Amino acid sequence: MADRVTLRINGAERAVDADPATPLLTVLRSHLGLTGTHFGCGANQCGACNVMIDGQAVASCDTPLWAAAGKDVVTVEGLGSPKRPHPLQSAFLAEQAAQCGYCLSGILVTAAALLRRNPSPTEAEVRSALDRNLCRCGAHNRIVRAVLRAAKEARA
Amino acid sequence: MTATAELPVNLKANPRLSRWLRFSRDGFVVLSPGKVEIGQGIVTALAQIAADELDIDVARVRMVPATTAASPNEGVTSGSLSVEQSGSAVRHAAAEARAIYLAAAAQRLGVAADTLAVEDGTIIGPGNLRTSYWELADDALLERDASPGVAPKRPAARRVAGTPVARLDLPDKVFGRPRFVHDLTLPGLLHGRVLKPATPWAGLTALDQTAARAVPGVAAVVRNGSFAGVIAETEAAAEAGLAALRKGASWGPGDALPDESDLAGWLKAQPAETTIVAERKPAGPVQAARTMRRRYSRPFIAHASMAPSCALAQWTSADEVHVWSHCQGVYNLRADLALALRMPAEKIVVEHVEGAGCYGHNGADDVAFDAVLLARGAGGRPVRVQWSRADELCWSPLGAAMAIEIEADLDSRGEIAAWREQVWSNGHVSRPGRSPIPTFMAASQLERPFERFIAFNPPMANGGGAERNAVPLYDLPALSVVCHRVLTMPLRTSALRTLGAFANVFAIESFMDELAAERGEDPLAFRLRHLKDARARAVLEAAARRAGWTSWRRREGAGRGIAFARYKNFGAYCAVVAEVEGEADIRVRRLVVAADVGEVVNPDGLANQLEGGAIQATSWTLKEAVRFDRTRITSDSWETYPILRFSEVPAVEVEIIARPEEKALGAGEAAHSPTGAAIGNAVFDALGVRVRDLPITRERILAAME
Repeated sequence: MADRVTLRINGAERAVDADPATPLLTVLRSHLGLTGTHFGCGANQCGACNVMIDGQAVASCDTPLWAAAGKDVVTVEGLGSPKRPHPLQSAFLAEQAAQCGYCLSGILVTAAALLRRNPSPTEAEVRSALDRNLCRCGAHNRIVRAVLRAAKEARA
Repeated sequence: MTATAELPVNLKANPRLSRWLRFSRDGFVVLSPGKVEIGQGIVTALAQIAADELDIDVARVRMVPATTAASPNEGVTSGSLSVEQSGSAVRHAAAEARAIYLAAAAQRLGVAADTLAVEDGTIIGPGNLRTSYWELADDALLERDASPGVAPKRPAARRVAGTPVARLDLPDKVFGRPRFVHDLTLPGLLHGRVLKPATPWAGLTALDQTAARAVPGVAAVVRNGSFAGVIAETEAAAEAGLAALRKGASWGPGDALPDESDLAGWLKAQPAETTIVAERKPAGPVQAARTMRRRYSRPFIAHASMAPSCALAQWTSADEVHVWSHCQGVYNLRADLALALRMPAEKIVVEHVEGAGCYGHNGADDVAFDAVLLARGAGGRPVRVQWSRADELCWSPLGAAMAIEIEADLDSRGEIAAWREQVWSNGHVSRPGRSPIPTFMAASQLERPFERFIAFNPPMANGGGAERNAVPLYDLPALSVVCHRVLTMPLRTSALRTLGAFANVFAIESFMDELAAERGEDPLAFRLRHLKDARARAVLEAAARRAGWTSWRRREGAGRGIAFARYKNFGAYCAVVAEVEGEADIRVRRLVVAADVGEVVNPDGLANQLEGGAIQATSWTLKEAVRFDRTRITSDSWETYPILRFSEVPAVEVEIIARPEEKALGAGEAAHSPTGAAIGNAVFDALGVRVRDLPITRERILAAME
């Protein structure tokens, strides 16, 4: 049942041979070796596996491969690199906005989607945008500060 | 500082210096402590301590994850002891390594060692003579045992420890580079999934494997007694194989589960082992005008880690196995694997790879044993086993439910004349590596099963378990504290952050509030009047001052509460002021946390631990309870086991009382207990009703109002 599906991931075309019903998360991690996106629950309830599809934060665990075909997919690896970090990545490091960091990639992507549609969010808007992303360690307030910092620095 | 009379405990147990660190010719120091990163930042703190003693930039320290193949055995990374135990060992080992290298430099340069200085690893002598650790690097120099004669630096001379150095592990996590055990791949990797029973402790009576074996990509079905699972070429095939296997499985009856609406009644009705935790007789006859009695409880609580437990295992020969695990103690896991596999520990290597945040004994050890069992069917290929979200919430050991009854004899002026307290709880520790039988859940499912392990409580010298923090620190004229360890264990319990302290402090600090309210006395003043310990008073006063305790303006639907605990009664001091709003749906708006943890190695790491602890405790207090019917756990998803969300998280302010000359006390569990109690007290302040059974939900508040 494997089909060849072409995806545009982090700006590059990638061809994948897989059943079109395969969750996008599986394709990212297993087929493409992009392990920055994490499995948390498999039921779109925790945000750990969020990626951006055409600018929207989406749970990749319950997005089938076919639904991502031909669209722009951005994962945490595509946000930036140590040499050219995304403002969010710089801000998360500056604020030390994590404990274990397992939830971070999904949160970074969700925050990036927020800043695309709202470059100057209030604290309440940041919290609301992240409300479907769970963090168990209690790093929430640091994460919110980091998102606000990134927004401020991106405007500067 | 004078030479230490005795080596730090962990260094004494692992004296060979080369096990702790070595110098590289490329200009870095490889540090290999036995403690592990579980999201708390310990790796960074230990690197700071080593950098300080060696006079090198912290960027020159390369941290090696713990492995039974090479690392010192530092037991379990738990109990908020890592800075205290591993930190002191690393500090001493690094100081001695520095002295050894300075002696070697002195010999090479032909000068006395005490004329040498070190600047970022460069060793400088009189007349600008120079060499360096890197030039002198020679592993043979550290092939010797530590000696007690070396003095680490005075606290005032430290330059790196005590500063907010950025976490070493964060860049990988922010840029999405592989760092977690979940991200590890090995050549020829197979994927495994485990069939968990329908009901706790049920036996597998029949297993039709035909459909599972027919799933494309399934490599094998493994069964050993009531343990069963599939291994497959891909995760998807493993999932499909497991679904097919589940349909072919028949289970016998398991244990009947308690009535979740009357956990206190259940706990009190079980057979128990009773111990006297503390007893202080009154100086004279007690003149009790009346007695006040209250009962408090908390439910079972799940670790609910963000990642499902995961491990890799590979049988490298018929009798040798290699395991990659996010466990808290590589040697402890190895010890139980040896017991469960009935093979020598030397044939097993356990290597630590980071997992998601770990708050105690979660599923990490269990899934490692699962992986070892499944890898038996993999023909020498490595197998990666990952639990499902439901497995994680239902089959990780749970934090034990507890009931606490306190009664106080009050004299004619309403002063406490005597305090009596009883605690009922399952044991709080089923950790591996400490008992003659293995504690993995699957160990009792094997064809040759081990006896089911019943959780115990560690000795009071280590802080106790169910009885942790059950003895109030307040000055009470007479006291008796009794602990009943429940001996039936239908729901498997083990260490979850703070063990019994969270519920015991909730009970004690709620009761203190109730006593103060009876007298119409300010809760802060009432506490201070019963507290002599200067460091305890200092955190209470600091929290109150920062929170504006005396200038609080009462308003409808809002309240504030205060609580205090010294973790384990010999660890970190912490006081919390909570401000809440609401009528039945309580929102915690603000938490002010004041803490004294002695020496602070990384102030930002400490603040992070205290903030995180306070937020996690808010979640426990307002939302969390493991749900079950009489046959199975029903809270198997984030919908049925909700935790605090971003929009519900309070502002958290942290105030640290720095005491650089005092022993480092650890902060990972300091804030939890006072936070829960402060919230309960704030709810009473806001609504005038006292909720004594956690969590403080809408239903509980409405019930208390009736």
